[in-house]
Amino acid sequence: MTIYSEEQAKAILDKAIKLSKADECSATLTGSSGGNVRYALNNVSTSGYVSDADLAIEVAFGKRVGTATINAFDDKSIEAVVRRAEELAKLAPENPEFVPAIDKQTYKSSSTFLEKTAAITPEYRAQVAADCIEPCRKDKLVAAGFFSDAQNFSAIANSKGNFGYQKSSGMDFTCTVRTEDGKGSGWVARNLADVAKFDAKADIKTAIQKAKGSVDAKALEPGKYTVIMEPAATAGLISFMMFGFDARRADEGRSFLSKKGGGNKVGEKLFDERVTIYADPWDENAAVLPWDNDGLAREKTPIVTKGKVDYLHYSRYWAQKQGKKAVGQPGNLIMLGGDKSTMDLVKSTKKGILVTRTWYIRMVDPQTVLLTGLTRDGTFYVENGEIKYPIKNFRFNESPAIMLNNIEEIGKPVRVGDDESPFVMMIPPMKIRDFTFSSLSDAV
Amino acid sequence: MDRRDFLKITGVSLGGLAIPTFYGRAIAAEELLSTIDVGAKKKLADVALNAAKADGASYCDVRIGRYLRQFVVTREDKVQNVVNTESTGIGIRVIAKGSWGFAATSDLSADAVAKAAAQAVAIAKANARLRTEPVQLAPVKGVGEVSWKTPIVKNAMAVPIKDKVDLLLGVNSEAMKAGASFVNSTLFLVNEQKYFASTDGSYIDQDVHRIWAPMQVTAVDQKSGKFRTRSGLSSPRGMGFEYLDAKAGDKVELPGGAIVYRDSYDMKADAIAAAKQAKEKLTAPSVKPGKYDLMLDPSHTWLTIHESVGHPLELDRVLGYEANYAGTSFATLDKLKDKFKYGSDKVTIFADKIQPGSLGAVGYDDEGVKTQKWDLIKDGTLVNYQVIRDQAHILGLKESQGCCYADSWSSVQFQRMANVSLAPGKDKLSPADMIKGIENGIYIVGDGSFSIDQQRYNAQFGGQLFYEIKNGKVTQQIEDVAYQIRTPEFWNSCVAVCDESDYRLGGSFFDGKGQPGQVSAVSHGSSTARFNGVNVINTARSLG
Repeated sequence: MTIYSEEQAKAILDKAIKLSKADECSATLTGSSGGNVRYALNNVSTSGYVSDADLAIEVAFGKRVGTATINAFDDKSIEAVVRRAEELAKLAPENPEFVPAIDKQTYKSSSTFLEKTAAITPEYRAQVAADCIEPCRKDKLVAAGFFSDAQNFSAIANSKGNFGYQKSSGMDFTCTVRTEDGKGSGWVARNLADVAKFDAKADIKTAIQKAKGSVDAKALEPGKYTVIMEPAATAGLISFMMFGFDARRADEGRSFLSKKGGGNKVGEKLFDERVTIYADPWDENAAVLPWDNDGLAREKTPIVTKGKVDYLHYSRYWAQKQGKKAVGQPGNLIMLGGDKSTMDLVKSTKKGILVTRTWYIRMVDPQTVLLTGLTRDGTFYVENGEIKYPIKNFRFNESPAIMLNNIEEIGKPVRVGDDESPFVMMIPPMKIRDFTFSSLSDAV
Repeated sequence: MDRRDFLKITGVSLGGLAIPTFYGRAIAAEELLSTIDVGAKKKLADVALNAAKADGASYCDVRIGRYLRQFVVTREDKVQNVVNTESTGIGIRVIAKGSWGFAATSDLSADAVAKAAAQAVAIAKANARLRTEPVQLAPVKGVGEVSWKTPIVKNAMAVPIKDKVDLLLGVNSEAMKAGASFVNSTLFLVNEQKYFASTDGSYIDQDVHRIWAPMQVTAVDQKSGKFRTRSGLSSPRGMGFEYLDAKAGDKVELPGGAIVYRDSYDMKADAIAAAKQAKEKLTAPSVKPGKYDLMLDPSHTWLTIHESVGHPLELDRVLGYEANYAGTSFATLDKLKDKFKYGSDKVTIFADKIQPGSLGAVGYDDEGVKTQKWDLIKDGTLVNYQVIRDQAHILGLKESQGCCYADSWSSVQFQRMANVSLAPGKDKLSPADMIKGIENGIYIVGDGSFSIDQQRYNAQFGGQLFYEIKNGKVTQQIEDVAYQIRTPEFWNSCVAVCDESDYRLGGSFFDGKGQPGQVSAVSHGSSTARFNGVNVINTARSLG
């Protein structure tokens, strides 16, 4: 087990900083222990447990910086890693964009740790697999899924007297259910801080229902459609869009938030006025550490308010150059919504398409954040408030910057994890008009 | 690769420039040159093999790995990051009671290794309770004590950091002088020192080297608010630092004037061309959507082969083992039986782990199987897949094709893509000859955006450079091009492939697969190929 207490972590960090002869020294100690179970074809394929801790030392002599890491914490190892960082710094070229270590920060702790989630056992994981596999076997369906959980700690300190320590925990679950003949496929995902809220037996029913309900899908013509997007279907698009929210990229003229003639579009209304997105490390459903990768304290940060862009991320170098204050980079994205469920949005739809999830999303043109990707594991035609029949999957070519201007209705946000996103997200289901499907896919 | 990990290294993510911890500890550059003594590795391997057998394993393999990586990341006149990492440890895989078990440790003491072996056996026995069929392992004859090394000329790890920094900053300076607004250039170097031993009687010591030098050159027109990026036309290779020697004979000038590279890369010359072409992209006319004949350069085609042939012919995907993540495959086993027409008779696609200079080239795979070459698609017909030892029996094969790989000592080895390449055309044909026959076409050079569905039917690809072809000639550079395919129709629309003299390798340094995710590196060769009547879309949009 590599989870150290605050006292143990502080002792290691203090020792390292004291040993350093550099102009300044920052140290980060992180550790995690976690397990997973993977299953496919209704059989457990792999299960594992990984436990590791890591001490990273960054030192600076003037504008020369060196970094080294180690996973042993006896006195000799700590001294060795500090000396190695110092040697690397002396060999490094001067970094003209060097910024001194952060000043002492004030961190207000967030609720990122739950004992019950941290205490998940191999037996619990095996039971999750069994809870998915058994009903599928009985129903002549085929389950493939992955459940992973971890507890972590993060401790930071520097030679200017800054210090922070916090523990966190979480779990993530995905399961794909397919019919034996391969004609139907359904999916369910659950990303939670609190394992007590997780019920594999209940969740698997969603995937089973979608697998059975998607058999013999009909083909619709590609084109612009009103879509009801489940939260997982837009999370990837919104997360991708955030790469354009970097102040330097925008100021350099290479973001969709760059302004013609120079500068950026902060303060401009670019989205439907029902779009409000913010970051809040203390959010009760999506809490994250109260500091970012640089150790800067995170704040509750409005990103888009009623359609207006409020925020761009300033690195400490770019903030200094542009005369701005650098604040902690968001670790979560919380989009406001209403009270309606996805099915409520279906009920209010005359004609439309219900999308379970989107997949293989890639940037086509960063100028307009044009993204391409496909629907997957449950796409249905909706008419007069009812799901009428399954339809074949589509490829989309759409920009979230356009999508978030075509909102018809917003539902209740739910917590979403995404393999390719650095954020914990709260995303609502949304009904969107004129969503662009450009071709059909035969994939099930 | 996992996009999140890639962004961490290159620092283009929203996050800070943290060292990616999944690559192990950071070390001084000099340490990149050391190796672990082979005798010590054999002794340690025997400890694991004996412990596993004593505990009741019917099979055991051991991988003692030292994985070294170096990244040098720059932009314009600045070095953003220099990172050296090392990860050393042992992974032990066993079969007990008919099931797989795996355990790994970074502690290389005999005691810890024996304990890890016992743990692997215990896990196998626990997994046996859930298993419906025992593992069937295709036989491999032990090869005794052997070694293999990537045939490099210059060990990139031995080149001083200063020389690498000077090279990249020189490249950036040339791009800026040629009119670029911004330039990012990076060097990724990998050395895998892998020792494999198994109860079959093999002790295999391998020293594997890879290099990649990607770059992005951006032009911004502040007045119009438009920006365009042209990425470098290099390819990642299983080579040493000699790949950056820029030999004159390795330059190829294409119809239309673009320069591409064979077995060594002139990064400075490409930076200058990239700056010029990025500026041209700002004013190039937008493509008219419709059906075009496509002429695809190998610097582009590698990615189309990777996505639409390499992945769908991985047997674990075909069987459903990747259903929850990467997906399954349209190329099901009944299609093999029915001699499915995957492509036209011009299309022969082979897999291999032996092409010199390729990313996949090794002497033996990560379960001790000697590497080889085999056909996947022969004259258009599906004839085979890519398998490992515990899958060979499913296809009725007597031996594995050697496609097993793990990205770390701590990861379980599993089926990964071999090099998958389009065989050159048998008749003499150059790109200059090919273009003469095209009335209304687009010539695509370099890889761009890519996306494909979970069964590998519907794909969309962009590129770096697009040239309009009218009546057998390149007329102008155009923009906003992406083409959409349905895999079998696309490969059946292949009407010509240039000859062997045009054959070049492209590849992926970070191909992601599995849960938890692992990366692997793989090359794809081809000669310039022509595809008739492909659907081209226009990707320009207006944000109002």
